[in-house]
Amino acid sequence: MTDRPAPPIAMLAELTHRCPLSCSYCSNPLELTERTRELTTEGWIDVFRQAAKLGVLQLHLSGGEPASRRDLEILVKAARDAGLYVNLITSGIGLTPTRLNALETAGLDHLQLSLQATTADKADWIGGYRGSFARKLALAEEVLWRGIPLTVNAVMHRHTIDDVRTAIDFAANLGARRIEVACVQFYGWALVNRDALLPTRAQVVQAKDAVAEARLAYAGRMMIDFVPPDYYADYPKACMGGWGSTGINVAPDGTVLPCHAAATIPGVVFDRVTEKPLSAIWYDGAAFNAFRGHAWMQEPCRSCARRDHDHGGCRCQAMTLAADPTATDPVCRHAPARPAVDHILEQQAPSVSPFIYRGSKR
Amino acid sequence: MTTDPVPLLPRGTRLHHDRVRDTMVLLVPERALLLDDIGAAILREVDGRSTLGAISSRLAERYGAPKADVASDVRDFLDGLAGQRLVDYQ
Repeated sequence: MTDRPAPPIAMLAELTHRCPLSCSYCSNPLELTERTRELTTEGWIDVFRQAAKLGVLQLHLSGGEPASRRDLEILVKAARDAGLYVNLITSGIGLTPTRLNALETAGLDHLQLSLQATTADKADWIGGYRGSFARKLALAEEVLWRGIPLTVNAVMHRHTIDDVRTAIDFAANLGARRIEVACVQFYGWALVNRDALLPTRAQVVQAKDAVAEARLAYAGRMMIDFVPPDYYADYPKACMGGWGSTGINVAPDGTVLPCHAAATIPGVVFDRVTEKPLSAIWYDGAAFNAFRGHAWMQEPCRSCARRDHDHGGCRCQAMTLAADPTATDPVCRHAPARPAVDHILEQQAPSVSPFIYRGSKR
Repeated sequence: MTTDPVPLLPRGTRLHHDRVRDTMVLLVPERALLLDDIGAAILREVDGRSTLGAISSRLAERYGAPKADVASDVRDFLDGLAGQRLVDYQ
């Protein structure tokens, strides 16, 4: 790298891996961090102040379930005081009206609520927690009457993607201004459960049509963002907008990652905020510089006209499917490893496999 | 909606000076929109009281531009944000 990278725009702070749910597609790593290893309140506040100074504008407070941290309200206030836009990514479980009041007072800007399914039976089965759907609905009503800006994140996979229109209507009824219809990406827990979660091509085609129709129906009322499953794509996603270019993730123990799955790449050493300043980690850290620019790329990426558009796709997916983090993302139709993806699609089980639920660290 | 509505920034949408990049940004749910000088000038006038017409008149006067041109730019810019639910009209 010769040019100094631009500062990051967004930080995903995984405050904790603890969560009352145990969704089979959880984006947390297979090896969950214990509560005793989580950063302290002061530790997180210092991270937020450093992030704002570095150029971060958006702070996404996530988990696990961030409400599992008793100091969430203090952290929101500190982040707002540092000048950040504070978004809470939550299942809604553990947020009482009293806590919601405190979060509003603390300056919470926006709330993203996950939607496992649109009926109680299905949602509770997917989240592995009986009663979770009813609690989520109660919370959503509290959010609605307070007027807290709401995005619904409807997670799509083999068991939910046929209900996509219902999920969109559901979000509109909850008063959401925006819905993310996000198909599960296959890393970590979702990779373990790929057979149970991967939708069929016919399901994906139907869902795309349903989303297009809903966009017309809700034009001007609700924004609909759609993340299709990339195994069915011709070109890879521009993962994280490019490695180390806009986003920075902090794991519960203060490990700083270019994306939440990056720790699955062997041989990359990740710094911790407890040992190094955030700006040194961003600008000079080995992990963030590992896949910046083009020098690391292989062919066909290196001479591809799309290389600055998709940055070669996802490094973690290259690792997972081609056993080489510098390979072209195997979902690309020009990738030498594309047959591996086609093979997975061809081998899709006609019957449905059971979930392996996420392990719990409470 | 009237033909000359009052635009406003809904809760969850904030105009912010980014000190690191020395630019104005519109902070919105899960995104940050970096603004050019024109976008920033328009949004600074969005106070929840002024109509589109009043905003356009002020900007036309300030920049010495024809009001009709300014009004159409203001409308296009704010309509684009309204379509994403980042600006409300009342």
